[in-house]
Amino acid sequence: MSLPIIVEDVRPLIALIAPWFGLLGIMLAGEKRANLRELITFGAASVQAAVVLSMLPIIFGGSIIEFHIWQIFSNVPMLLRVDGPGLLFALVASILWIATTLYSIGYMRGLHEHAQTRFYSFFALSLSATMGVAFSANLLTIYFFYEMLSVSTFPLVTHMQDKEARTGGRTYLGYLLFTSLCLLLPALSWCYIWLDGGQMTMDFLSDTGKIGYFSETTQFALLLLFTFGFAKAGLMPFHSWLPGAMVAPTPVSALLHAVAVVKVGVFCVYRVYADIFGVDVLTEMNGQDWTMILASATILISSLIALSQDNLKRRLAFSTIGQLGYIILGAAIATDRGQGGAVLHIAMHACGKITLFFCAGAIFVATGKKYVSELRGLGRRMPITMGAFMIGSLSVIGLPPLGGFVSKWYLALGALDRDVMWVVAVLLISSLLNVFYLLPVAVTAFFRSGDTEEEEQSIKEAPWPCVVPLAFTALGCFALFFWSDALLKLAGVTP
Amino acid sequence: MENAIAWIFIFPLFGSVFVALSRYVNIKLAYPISVLSMAGAFWAGVETLRQAMASPNHEISYLLGGWTLDLFPRGVGIEFRADLLASLIVLIVLGVGLIVTVYSKIHVEKETPNKEAIYYSLMLLQITGLAGICLTGDAFNLYVLIEVAALTGYGLIAIGSNRAAAATFNYLILGTIGASLYLLGVGYLYIKTGTLNMVGIQEVIEANGLTDSATMQVAFVLIGVGILIKMAFFPFHAWLPNAYCNAPTTTSCLLAPLVTKVMIYVMIRMVLTVFGVEFSFESTIWVSWMPWLVVIAIICAAFLALSQREIKRMLAYLIVAEVGYMVGGVWIYNYYGLIGSIFHIISDACMTLCLFLGTGIILHKCKTTHFDGIRGLFSKMPFTMIGFFVGGFSIIGLPPTCGFFSKWYLITGGMVSGHWEYLVVLMFSTMVMVILFFRLIERIHLAVDESGKNLGKGHGDLGLSREQTRFDEAPLIMLIPLLVAAATVIVIGIYNQEVVNQIETFLQAYDLPTGVEYE
Repeated sequence: MSLPIIVEDVRPLIALIAPWFGLLGIMLAGEKRANLRELITFGAASVQAAVVLSMLPIIFGGSIIEFHIWQIFSNVPMLLRVDGPGLLFALVASILWIATTLYSIGYMRGLHEHAQTRFYSFFALSLSATMGVAFSANLLTIYFFYEMLSVSTFPLVTHMQDKEARTGGRTYLGYLLFTSLCLLLPALSWCYIWLDGGQMTMDFLSDTGKIGYFSETTQFALLLLFTFGFAKAGLMPFHSWLPGAMVAPTPVSALLHAVAVVKVGVFCVYRVYADIFGVDVLTEMNGQDWTMILASATILISSLIALSQDNLKRRLAFSTIGQLGYIILGAAIATDRGQGGAVLHIAMHACGKITLFFCAGAIFVATGKKYVSELRGLGRRMPITMGAFMIGSLSVIGLPPLGGFVSKWYLALGALDRDVMWVVAVLLISSLLNVFYLLPVAVTAFFRSGDTEEEEQSIKEAPWPCVVPLAFTALGCFALFFWSDALLKLAGVTP
Repeated sequence: MENAIAWIFIFPLFGSVFVALSRYVNIKLAYPISVLSMAGAFWAGVETLRQAMASPNHEISYLLGGWTLDLFPRGVGIEFRADLLASLIVLIVLGVGLIVTVYSKIHVEKETPNKEAIYYSLMLLQITGLAGICLTGDAFNLYVLIEVAALTGYGLIAIGSNRAAAATFNYLILGTIGASLYLLGVGYLYIKTGTLNMVGIQEVIEANGLTDSATMQVAFVLIGVGILIKMAFFPFHAWLPNAYCNAPTTTSCLLAPLVTKVMIYVMIRMVLTVFGVEFSFESTIWVSWMPWLVVIAIICAAFLALSQREIKRMLAYLIVAEVGYMVGGVWIYNYYGLIGSIFHIISDACMTLCLFLGTGIILHKCKTTHFDGIRGLFSKMPFTMIGFFVGGFSIIGLPPTCGFFSKWYLITGGMVSGHWEYLVVLMFSTMVMVILFFRLIERIHLAVDESGKNLGKGHGDLGLSREQTRFDEAPLIMLIPLLVAAATVIVIGIYNQEVVNQIETFLQAYDLPTGVEYE
């Protein structure tokens, strides 16, 4: 395989530090000049999205962008590199950040939340870390930004500053720091030891398949440590932090715990599977089936749990765990189309799930309701919200012409390429389960009447800053289907 | 400047004399003189490191009193030697000393009124002693300087509250036992080798094949145990928490980052330079059981730290655990482990400094360091808290702080040397540190109390009075040293390669296993 042309460019760094300038502005503007503060957040988000978009032609042109920041170890630099999958992920995160910012304004002001400056500041920091992960060129760089994301989201998760927030925060950090410090760090150290001998560089581009030098046992141990170490991916049994993190305000659940944070986890796993282990090593490895089985189990179990959840946000959280399982499954299938499908699913699921979370938040702002069983009759009073919820549900389930269909299609194709029929069966069963736990929400809202007439009359749509973003992302689910050509190209499925 | 090593001593030594005299002129002079002499010493330290790096064999030597190696054999006079290790550690000692001296003004005036002159004089002598320990090339001279540092340390602790006197007595007894054991060991060494010069001893051991000698074994055990007592290695740690918690704030800021760390330096010096790698690691049984003692030490210290409800005391036990890290790094007998150990001396000094400076500010502002008294401090003193938690994150080992990198090498060392027990215990204590610091964050940021409630009504009402949440930052003279220390933690992390390269150059002279065989 010939190496692509490398372009030196500062743009990935700009995308990375734009939120930092945003952070500075947000802190200076403070609580007293709230409008200016939100404007600055918009500015930072737009600059970031624009910069990320501007890199698109270069990547489509077949080259990749690199930027060298600093030398972590004498032989491992902190290197930013933009390639197709990375850019796709960055694009999704930064565009959805703009939508989330608008949504946050409606949500946070609608509920008269406290400490909004802190909220927007750490939001910006998290997005910077997300860009870092998307553009990392080696394992160590990705680890740095991964840890930065863990810490910078903690104040967001514990935003309510009460007992529940404390519990959620404890679970959150407990899982994330335990796995990253106790599982991931030794795995990275192990790779580092082999730097001197030239066996490893920890680089995603030049290291593919080099892990094949190690003994069978080591390979398997490393696979284990990496898979579980990136606990943000929510693979069972390290998934409990995600439902715990739902104590956060809904914009956080929407962008971070459906898009940025969890996708960082699966993106890291994808990088390790695709660019450190490589397709060849992974398919020949003994015991690699095991990761597929684990991901499948996660998909099925979490879907079953989701069925029994009455709290809407928790139901969505378990659904997210299942959908993350798809992405890991795709990466673990280790065929080109399977891994491409995994990358695609990052974008497709992001758009669908953020819509669902936006809707859950909008319902909460408008009515204060959190439980699925309370939603009776809401569809008539909040048609846009519930309509968007329907679209989001269908996209997550994977029906055409919505984005979720494309990625599931490619995941299934990847499984066929590898000749693992049972994976296809898992995909089908879980889609069915998705139908069971997502559709009843919209059905309840549209087709069942509320308890009393007066209560129903008093309900109206959430404030427009809440409604516009969710309509936008719902339309995005259609757009992703029709533009899937470009996405397929970025994901590396089609040349 | 040619005699940079000498200037390292001249500045604080004569500074302490002037400071002591200043009480007869104007007691206000004590502080500026101390700061100036520390600044001078720090500059000399930088110069020493620069010279050591520039010299062809990476060490510079200063012979006290004009004797020369041509006329007399080694060991006749006192030699100060600054190789890369010594000059790195001495630079940290002087840097911490300088920062603490600048920081001390308000605390010293408040806690030891009218005794400023004595206090600063002792403090400068303490730093002289610690710097001397790092630089001396003579085993007996090392004992003298250990005692200089220890005696001034007793004074610095006892000068505080009444309870400090009892703690000092405890420290004094244990410290003296440790130093006596060391001295006894040096006596054996002298009997066997006929010299006290460190390099001289090593040369004699090598030339005469003394590795099997029982006398040497006894000397090694005596010196080793003596140093372990002085560095508060776990079963011998009893003196440390009381001494540091009851001491005046500035004293704990100065002693906590330095004393234990310098003693670990002494251990490394003894193991590598005096007894030599072959003797220390191959001829003694320490290699086989020290890692396990380290495991016990770290686990016990971690549990002790967990059970504390006061920041200062918690940090004191944390130091005991960190001592375990570094001792383990040496005794897993591995190249990476030693890099980690040495780098951890440097980074631990910086991050402990951060934490103790921050605690001092909390004590100054809140009159308590108990967990109950720190609810919601983040809104009151955001900058102090940022500084404090940079230190905390570094102890946990989050990138890009220097604590991450030292832990990285320790982990690597544990892994390649096959000491999985050490690796596991490192992970365990890392998680304990996470609990320790995020428990603090819960109180400081979330403003929750022990039961998890925050007594407020939610939505930003934390159940705190206006007084408790109003922005009320520490005085700049305390805040700036803290932020400088926090910045150092990050800068050393970012430029870790510059430091590690020096350590690697130093370790090249010793034949240490890397544990990795490349194909």
